[in-house]
Amino acid sequence: MKNYDKLIFELSVEGRTGFSLPDNRWEHRLPEIPEVLCRRSESGLPQVSEPDVVRHYTNLSSMNFGVDTGFYPLGSCTMKYNPKINEETASLPGFTSVHPLQPEETMQGTLQVCHELEKALCAVTGMAAFTLCPFAGAHGELTGLMIMRQYHMSRNDMKRTKVIVPDSAHGTNPASAAVCGLRVVQVRSTPDGTIDVEDLKPLLDDTVAGIMMTNPNTLGLFETEISRIADLVHGCGGLLYYDGANMNPLLGKVRPGDMGFDIMHLNLHKTFSTPHGGGGPGSGPVGVSAALWDYLPYPKVTADGDGKYHLMSGSHTAGRVSGFMGNFSVMVKALTYIMMLGNKNIRMAGPLAALNANYVKESLKDCYRLPIDRVCKHEFVFDGLADTSSGITALEIAKRLLDYGFHAPTIYFPLLFHQAIMIEPTETESKDTLDAFIEAMRNIAREAVSEPDILHDAPHGTPVRRSDETLAATRPVLRYRQVE
Amino acid sequence: MGFSYFPHTDEDIREMLKKIGAGSLDDLYSDVPEEFIFKGEFDLPEPMSEMEVRRKFSGMAGRNRSLTVFCGCGAYDHYSPAVIQYLISRSEFQTAYTPYQAEVSQGTLRYIFEYQSMITMLTGLDCSNASMYDGATAAAEAMMMALACTKKKSRVLLSSTLLPQVLEVVGTYARYHGIDIGHVQMSDGVTSLEDLQRQLAADDVAGVLVPSLNRYGIIENLEGFADAVHAHKGLLMTYSDPSALAVIRTPGEWGADIACGDCQSLGMPLSAGGPYAGYLACRQDYVRKMPGRIVGETVDRDGRRSYVLTLQAREQHIRREKATSNICSNQSLMALYATIYLSLLGRDGLRQVNALSYGGAHYLYDRLLSTGLFSPVFDKPFLKEFVLDTVIPAERLQQHLCDNGFFAALATDDGHVSFCVTEKRTREEIDSLVDCISNMA
Amino acid sequence: MAKVNEGLYYSETHEWVRMVDGYALVGITDYAQHALGNIVYVDMPDVDDEVSADEEFGAVESVKAASDLISPVTGTVTETNEALENTPGLLNTDPYGAWIVKVRLAEDGLPGNLMDAAAYADFCANL
Repeated sequence: MKNYDKLIFELSVEGRTGFSLPDNRWEHRLPEIPEVLCRRSESGLPQVSEPDVVRHYTNLSSMNFGVDTGFYPLGSCTMKYNPKINEETASLPGFTSVHPLQPEETMQGTLQVCHELEKALCAVTGMAAFTLCPFAGAHGELTGLMIMRQYHMSRNDMKRTKVIVPDSAHGTNPASAAVCGLRVVQVRSTPDGTIDVEDLKPLLDDTVAGIMMTNPNTLGLFETEISRIADLVHGCGGLLYYDGANMNPLLGKVRPGDMGFDIMHLNLHKTFSTPHGGGGPGSGPVGVSAALWDYLPYPKVTADGDGKYHLMSGSHTAGRVSGFMGNFSVMVKALTYIMMLGNKNIRMAGPLAALNANYVKESLKDCYRLPIDRVCKHEFVFDGLADTSSGITALEIAKRLLDYGFHAPTIYFPLLFHQAIMIEPTETESKDTLDAFIEAMRNIAREAVSEPDILHDAPHGTPVRRSDETLAATRPVLRYRQVE
Repeated sequence: MGFSYFPHTDEDIREMLKKIGAGSLDDLYSDVPEEFIFKGEFDLPEPMSEMEVRRKFSGMAGRNRSLTVFCGCGAYDHYSPAVIQYLISRSEFQTAYTPYQAEVSQGTLRYIFEYQSMITMLTGLDCSNASMYDGATAAAEAMMMALACTKKKSRVLLSSTLLPQVLEVVGTYARYHGIDIGHVQMSDGVTSLEDLQRQLAADDVAGVLVPSLNRYGIIENLEGFADAVHAHKGLLMTYSDPSALAVIRTPGEWGADIACGDCQSLGMPLSAGGPYAGYLACRQDYVRKMPGRIVGETVDRDGRRSYVLTLQAREQHIRREKATSNICSNQSLMALYATIYLSLLGRDGLRQVNALSYGGAHYLYDRLLSTGLFSPVFDKPFLKEFVLDTVIPAERLQQHLCDNGFFAALATDDGHVSFCVTEKRTREEIDSLVDCISNMA
Repeated sequence: MAKVNEGLYYSETHEWVRMVDGYALVGITDYAQHALGNIVYVDMPDVDDEVSADEEFGAVESVKAASDLISPVTGTVTETNEALENTPGLLNTDPYGAWIVKVRLAEDGLPGNLMDAAAYADFCANL
């Protein structure tokens, strides 16, 4: 089925059926509903057989590239291997059949998973408590900032509405702050990519709610001035928020809580091996220091002395941020991962991630421009090719990598460099895989000079080739319409 | 001995460190101040083997009581055809990232395009995004979107008949975002149009959110709502159960501008509250203000049909603090879940699901009333969920039912008890639920 | 090198103003359209909306960027360029022909600090 090119609607034939439901033997029938309340138009949903559906989606899956397909060095995304035992524990019927509003005493196993996960996350981050409600990293950021505001507001410190964000930050940081009603002020980076403490000082006053930091930052560099920054921000009454997007290299080695952070989020789908699912579901638990426990959103799982678990709410809670208690099955997967690693192997996760990143960096820095040449953590950023004479762009390099069977790195982020190529190998890749990737990158650097056209036109062997994004955005076609 | 997720041999590590010019793995952290290197013991168990992990989790799952579900309130026990779990488990879907590299993500992009199409079919609106976290957060996003679509308005009205958790989440977002929230009163189980008109008079309302199936399971009659809201230059938003939209009047047919809700009712496992997926749909005029990812159709350089993430200039990674929303990911795999569910059920299957749920729910309703222990609260048409008043103390009733293997008669915060019946419930199950209650008295 | 047209007023945020029959036509400069790349959408104000100098009145979007439109003048929008709704790419192909809004100026609605063509060309050369 190479070149499969159908939408499910194009397989639809009047009279086909893909379901098997009992016959309707009830006395009460839908036509009892007053007509004014009834749907008038046909839905247009497809009519396809079960084999049609299975083959269609199997064919679609073959047009995808996942971590299980090959190396996925997407910077800032931590595309590590997703263990299969996670899937098995998460799909235990004892977990999947629980209604979220069931009485506590009938869902003790579910609450135990939440409680054990919270304890484990506290252990590896040095925070005092976590809420598991947030659904994703950006949702965690928003929740964390709500906790920050709630803390200031409950102390009647109403003027603290300014949040400081580095210019190298992920776009979600300023966006989350704005959704939370905070005013964003940027702090500059120094030429070596870390926060410019001198630029930070004048921003610190009694309107500062806090600062959002990623450490290591988006260049994969550790913020060595973190102690000073923490003292300065705390000194003016602000709180430190840790964006856990880059937690992976610190796993088992450094704890955000020990660095002075008051609030943080984690991405279970990055650091704790749960699959990204093509963009979700993820999970973005938010951890806080002991002083902020009471501000966590509800429902919050607690344990009493005799092994019973309860759901409750703090008296100064930031409120409810999710319909129920978050993406529970993602939590099962993350806890499974942590149990597999245990106290011993978890110590190796961060260091091996850093080893892989530094190895790739050192092996390629002669043919790609490395703007900041120092030891990195989980990722690093090249600024295009070392030899710029060909004019080859980061985009072309990324697209050509697809032909070599690798997923592309993140490109054009962070915004500090014009031809940013951000590479994050993660700890689950072998030296052999990295060597093959390095070889491909070196080949591409050679092709840039010898056969630039092959890069201009890349990729060549993918299910589709480069697509017309201008057309897509100028005349948006966002849904299927039957040809009249 | 090595660990199965880390491929490095000691020899690999030695060679790689040599290339880097580092003496040890610790050297890679030489720039971290010494006091921040964690030297203690992690409060975690020893590493477990897969067998031990399996035993531990089976044990925890076994601590949950297996109950026959007769409750909804935002999470519905609909049947999930076998095909779905099988297909969404394919690792090409599961282990992919967001489809930024369109050339190697056509699988994800195409199913999202199909998902968007199906949501527009169900809602009767023009455009859908690629999904949101859940129904409650989708409602919060809808609120912020309404504000972005209407100039210089700062107030949003919420119907009191919305699910409590939706009201609470929207309220949380509003409080921090600085949106003035008003509540439209309930009148005999449904949203009061009269109260709505009164609150619209000040012309400061950006949007109004009303449910089409409300917290009592009642199908609301929204005749006149769109006209009233539009007359004051606001947007009408509905919170609608997508499963029910196969049979009840659609947001588009009511004249709504934005629709949101939770796709959980499309056969997704209850799973203690997640993962589900929220949906968000709108009229064409507002698509550029819609948060979240959107997939569009285009052509590749060989002229082949292809799909890409589009209208990205709306999103946080470009607009940063000026974006309407901070949302970054969607619930992609759950959108795939919904898409496969709707492909299998199709036009007729989804009607059948509703017909069976309707028949069972009304059977239970009649039987409960006939026990003499319950009395009706509202006289309004409902689909699969309803509330009653009872002479039995609600807490005792629920406890008794739990002890007998049922999750039913959930006490609502306004003093009623709530029941729900889906196509999964048989006549025998309903009869034994009613018998169990009768035996109490 | 971006093109600059004589006879227009220019702002530091790369909008231009052309005075026609007492009305101000406002568009974006060649420099701006180059920086954005292929423009796919123009978010325009409604007729009768008030615009103020140095304040946002809309936005232009390309595939991978978005930029707010900052009004160089103060007044009332009397017309928007409907051609841009279907063909936003006109801002790329003909930046000085494709105006975005027509504004009836308020009193002192044309600020004195706008640049002429030569000054704007210098301004761009130093960016």
